[in-house]
Amino acid sequence: MKKLFYSQKAAPYVFVLPFVLTVLLFWIGPVFKGILLSFQDTMKNQWVGLSNYQRIMGDRIFWIAVKNSVKYTFFTLLLLIPFPMLFAVLLNSHLMKRPNLFKSIYFLPALTSVVVAGTVFRLMFGESDQALMNQLIGLFGAAPIKWLKRGDTGFFALLLLCCWRWTGVNIMYFLAGIQSIPQELYEAADIDGASKWQQFRQITIPLVKPTTIYVLTISIYAGLSMFLESFMLWKGNNSPNYIGMTIVGYLYRQGIEKRAMGYACAVGIVLLILVMVVNLIQLKVNGTFDSEEA
Amino acid sequence: MAEETVPMKQEKMKKGSHDTGKIAGLLVLFTVLALLIIAPIYALFVASWKPGEELLQYGLNLNPEFSHWGLSNYKLLFFGDHDYWIWFRNSLILTVITVLLTLLVSAFVAYGFSAYEFKGRNFLFVIVLAIMSVPFEVIMLPLYQQMSDWGLMDNYAAIVLPFLAHASTIFFFRQYLLGMPKSLIEAGRIDGCTEYGIFFKLIMPIMKPAFAAMAILNGMNSWNNYMWPLLVIRSSEKYTLTLGLNTLINPYGDNYSLLIVGAFFSIIPIFILFVAFQKYFIEGMTAGAVKG
Repeated sequence: MKKLFYSQKAAPYVFVLPFVLTVLLFWIGPVFKGILLSFQDTMKNQWVGLSNYQRIMGDRIFWIAVKNSVKYTFFTLLLLIPFPMLFAVLLNSHLMKRPNLFKSIYFLPALTSVVVAGTVFRLMFGESDQALMNQLIGLFGAAPIKWLKRGDTGFFALLLLCCWRWTGVNIMYFLAGIQSIPQELYEAADIDGASKWQQFRQITIPLVKPTTIYVLTISIYAGLSMFLESFMLWKGNNSPNYIGMTIVGYLYRQGIEKRAMGYACAVGIVLLILVMVVNLIQLKVNGTFDSEEA
Repeated sequence: MAEETVPMKQEKMKKGSHDTGKIAGLLVLFTVLALLIIAPIYALFVASWKPGEELLQYGLNLNPEFSHWGLSNYKLLFFGDHDYWIWFRNSLILTVITVLLTLLVSAFVAYGFSAYEFKGRNFLFVIVLAIMSVPFEVIMLPLYQQMSDWGLMDNYAAIVLPFLAHASTIFFFRQYLLGMPKSLIEAGRIDGCTEYGIFFKLIMPIMKPAFAAMAILNGMNSWNNYMWPLLVIRSSEKYTLTLGLNTLINPYGDNYSLLIVGAFFSIIPIFILFVAFQKYFIEGMTAGAVKG
């Protein structure tokens, strides 16, 4: 037995054993448990077939949550991919002075916890005319707004919080991608007389594609499962008229606040399918599978 | 990268005045961006010196209003009667334990993936990738139910155990180890090391830079972790810093003084680490973004 344990044949399995155990106990187990629970009414402790899923289809608040999460994901992709990519290119320019100082500053928001960042933003979007955002619009003569009580302005606050936290990190991702592009390509393009804009379109964008796909994948993942930002901005899971309700927020409401674990697990499974489908489509469109087959 | 070819230099000299405009433009753009990014942190810093009631009443802004400044919040933080330092200590203990165990276990697993050819390796590695792309929130509730069935509620083990073999950390270590010379392993075998001895005596020492990057990333995540502890931890003496700070956000009483100074102070340990190990921070965060 001891000899087997030390043999070269058994060793790899011993090495990966902790991972296999973790996956079985804490991932596969819960996913199956979640699937099973989603077919149950946990409060009455009975099997209910597909009725949780049927209820989801007709649940108005669930669809509000889906709409909010999808809208949020869409706008974060729109803002947090092109701009950081452009900023990274400019920061990487030989004309840029003190790029490292700026990089450090842009990274700071990523160090804060969602509790601190969310609280700061909630107070900046306060209702008093002394709160930062109202002061700001006051400069243009506008009257104070109750930012977090209205759908559009509340969504804006959520989006701004997200951009504040992640712009810097995404700049770092793109910088890492750009710096792995061979410099000779740009030098050759320079000699051929290509403009900076042409170089950006013909060299940078195609060659940072792996980075773009990576950022896209994690942004979709994070956007669709966003919850805590909203939880902090509205001091709990109860924004007026569900303006800050997200899919995970609804899952939390049903599972933890209302103790309807079966229904909440069904919401979780729908979220899982949604994330997988969106990411598969995205990877397919971007040709990730083709390059692996080739 | 600092090297430039001669033709480029000559061209630059010709367009010297043109470049000055561009340099200034870039500086203005990035300075504005930097100010926007610093503004909320600056607002928090300013507020930490002002009375908490003002914050509750007016919200945050950028006016320093030095006449309102006082040491009372900081006195409250360091000498007041509250649980802040218990939360701080809990977060610290939890972060240190999490980082040490996660790095050890994940490196152990990653070595198995990178040093051996074995049946099922590719299948298992696909699982590593799959887990990295499934939001934790999906399994959060069943996992919560399971922890409660196992009697692990309100126990730090429930926070640490599920993430010991941490998929993205394993992924990073594996990438790192793929570049390691196989001759090292052979040399270890010839010297009579066991398979595990090779890992502990020969491989772990050469992984130091990778450990640094992942220690910082995992440490930051653990320090700032909120969702899972929110579900698992019940008793207030076990609260972590994020959980504790959030209990201060209620409309009753004068907790905002402690909230704001405590929130500001909670960033400081991470900030010090960041300043000291900036290179590893960025390496850890951007791992995987280049080769995906």
